[in-house]
Amino acid sequence: MPGPKSAILRRIAPQLVILAIALLLNVLIFPDFFHIDFRNGRLFGNLIDVLNRGAPVALLCIGMTLVIATRGIDLSVGTVMAVAGAVAASMVVEGHGWGTALLAALLAGGMCGLWNGVLVAVLRIQPIVATLVLMVAGRGIAQLITEGRILTFMNEGLIHLGAGTVLGMPTPILIWVTLGAVAITLVRRTALGMLIEAIGINERSSRLAGINSRVLLICVYLVSGLCAALAGVIVAADIKGADANNAGLWLELDAILAVVIGGNSLLGGRFSILASLLGAMIIQSINSVILLSGLPPEFNLVIKALLILAILVIQSPRIGYLLYMLRAAGPQPQPRPGTADTLPKRKKEAAR
Amino acid sequence: MTDPVRPVLHARGISKFFPGTIALDDVELRLNPGEVHALLGENGAGKSTLIKCLTGAYQRDAGTLLLDGAPINPASTAASQKLGIGTVYQEVNLLPNLTVAENLFLGRQPLRGGFVSRRRMNAMARETLAGYGLKIDPTEPLTAYSVAVQQVVAIARAVDMSGKVLILDEPTASLDRDEVALLFSVIRQLKARGLAIVFITHFLDQVFEICDRATILRNGRVVGDCALAEVSRREVITMMLGRQLEARVHSKKTGTVGKPLVQVADLGRRGMIEPFSLDIHEGEVVGLAGLLGSGRTETANLIFGAVMPDQGRIRLRGTDITIRTPRDAVAHGFALCPEDRKSEGIVGDLSVRDNIILALQARQGWMRPIPRAKVTEIADRYVRALDIRLASLDTPIRLLSGGNQQKALLARWLATNPAFLILDEPTRGIDVGAHAEIIALIDQLRADGMALLVASSELEELVAYSTRVVVLRDRVQICELTGDQITPDTIVQAIADDPHPHAEPV
Repeated sequence: MPGPKSAILRRIAPQLVILAIALLLNVLIFPDFFHIDFRNGRLFGNLIDVLNRGAPVALLCIGMTLVIATRGIDLSVGTVMAVAGAVAASMVVEGHGWGTALLAALLAGGMCGLWNGVLVAVLRIQPIVATLVLMVAGRGIAQLITEGRILTFMNEGLIHLGAGTVLGMPTPILIWVTLGAVAITLVRRTALGMLIEAIGINERSSRLAGINSRVLLICVYLVSGLCAALAGVIVAADIKGADANNAGLWLELDAILAVVIGGNSLLGGRFSILASLLGAMIIQSINSVILLSGLPPEFNLVIKALLILAILVIQSPRIGYLLYMLRAAGPQPQPRPGTADTLPKRKKEAAR
Repeated sequence: MTDPVRPVLHARGISKFFPGTIALDDVELRLNPGEVHALLGENGAGKSTLIKCLTGAYQRDAGTLLLDGAPINPASTAASQKLGIGTVYQEVNLLPNLTVAENLFLGRQPLRGGFVSRRRMNAMARETLAGYGLKIDPTEPLTAYSVAVQQVVAIARAVDMSGKVLILDEPTASLDRDEVALLFSVIRQLKARGLAIVFITHFLDQVFEICDRATILRNGRVVGDCALAEVSRREVITMMLGRQLEARVHSKKTGTVGKPLVQVADLGRRGMIEPFSLDIHEGEVVGLAGLLGSGRTETANLIFGAVMPDQGRIRLRGTDITIRTPRDAVAHGFALCPEDRKSEGIVGDLSVRDNIILALQARQGWMRPIPRAKVTEIADRYVRALDIRLASLDTPIRLLSGGNQQKALLARWLATNPAFLILDEPTRGIDVGAHAEIIALIDQLRADGMALLVASSELEELVAYSTRVVVLRDRVQICELTGDQITPDTIVQAIADDPHPHAEPV
């Protein structure tokens, strides 16, 4: 909601705290972490690296947040990245300009999203199954486009999207920050956010209230596909080549993790793109900690697993209920069933 | 109330709270040995909550439970079973693919040398069931027998395991006449054995046939505890529904009916409801009466496009319109408050504010958001007009009580300024105060010239506000009552003119 600032702050406070802890760890390991240089017309520094390297997951989690808010999930985003990267690379290899290549990649991503959306919204296939189809098939499509090779290219314009800078700032950072800001503004300044939340919480009620849930559902998968396409182009541009086998591999899981760390429930409903973006940065900061500490990268996966476990435990309804009971009971001792004939204090609350 | 007999089970001062509601408030229940005790009340009166507190499925928040004079605190249904309180639910909770004997002795099979002795188990099962007058083969799978027999097996199991108190939660809901007779003969036997039996049902006939006493709940409170021989049906119904309603029945106004607004012709869907025609005029409340499953909800859903009809047409103010989805219906100024408030009405986790604005915003489209100040103004207006009680507009709607949720849903639709309002069971499961207010609101909307279609299973209520009543039976419209014809008795008569008469529901 375009509500008071304090409400937004309260919503993202846990993510800010976790991010601060992650950044602090970085500083402890590498005191110069926050040091930023300006050399050769470009900003350098570990913090910039975190923002830059986190771009693909940040882009993915914008779309993923919306999909998850509708009680869905999009497992295909990693694959869509590979498809989009392959499309962009093959276009510039064939001699088209970078603009055309970018548009073609977005078109491909949009079509992938549309496909998912139709499976979910029209054919009513469970999102996890529907998007699994493309997750598997998409790699094949990408390999067909690249003809099984790593398709390298030297197009300056396209490379600029992944490895270039604008006014000293790496382009990927500008892209995800801008897109994030646009998405947040779009969902919160229009009624889109509320309608998406409504279908995520109770689609049947929403449909009966006159919401066009089918079109909205297709749209969120479309947006997710477009975000994935953009991420795919950035990744391809960064390595100056499209690798159908490895581009975006497992990134859908990072995107889902970012959304979950952002405090968004996988059961749909209330969502915050800002918190998801913070989640993406948290993941990248942890990657950075492991990288800077000199620990072998295998630890990355274990630590990530522990992190997701901790966050899921905190989100579990049992723990939530426990906390609720603790808070509700307050200093008042819990009335023992069978011994107390007096009404507990909660009655007042309940009667409201 | 002094009773010479010491009750088997005595629940005193039972209270149970849920966030936003008081489900039970200081409830007392005395079960005497050898007595069939009816627990009566509307949906949402607190019957099932009380049962769950007795059986340990819920932990009560206050009160004492005495079994044979000794306090008990069952922590689970298993614990209460062990103490002597057995429960049989409407949907038989046995395992259909196991044999009758296995079902009877599941978890306590007679053993021999560490192995289940099937022979002994079957013999014991045969003996137990014979005690209930059932001569069936215990080695057959449970599904080989009718629901009534399964019900008796469930009772036999519960009595065998518990043996002091037997709770029957709507056991007759899916039984036909002969099966009910079988069940009742079993209940009478158990009564003779000195068990205390709690009987929950919606069929008042059965209550008066089999029960000795009744405790009547309304809105989480006990409103009556009486020997059924000493009270009339009407008194019981009045206690269940409340007196406010009674008074309203006589304050019926006959307003002037305006032009026809919605004309439905031959609308139907195969397998769901037979084609029907219905004209609804401005300033008119058309009531839909009928038993559960007679097609009331289906009628409402079809007109609103919640279910797509496969034939027929709808005219609005004389012009044909197409309604394929609720969205189309809303665009034409239709509104529907559905029967199942929780799964089809409210959007639980959204705030009351968002819930109220939802339909209006959906109609406007996402591109034209209603400014927050305007939203708050609209929400505030309806909260005040309908007297919705809440802590703040930002409260998630699921925390409100049933009545307040219903009012918020009404607010959602009134905010769209509908020409035609369909209400499906608008007063189900809500407290008496809200009940009366909603009925008054229906009256007022009609007087303001709105066209309303109201489906309800509460006849007194239908009589109170309807200018016309359409009676449905087995998915067919069977008659239409107008003016002075509309009384509870004539409606019951119309419903009851049935080739296969059922017991009259409440």
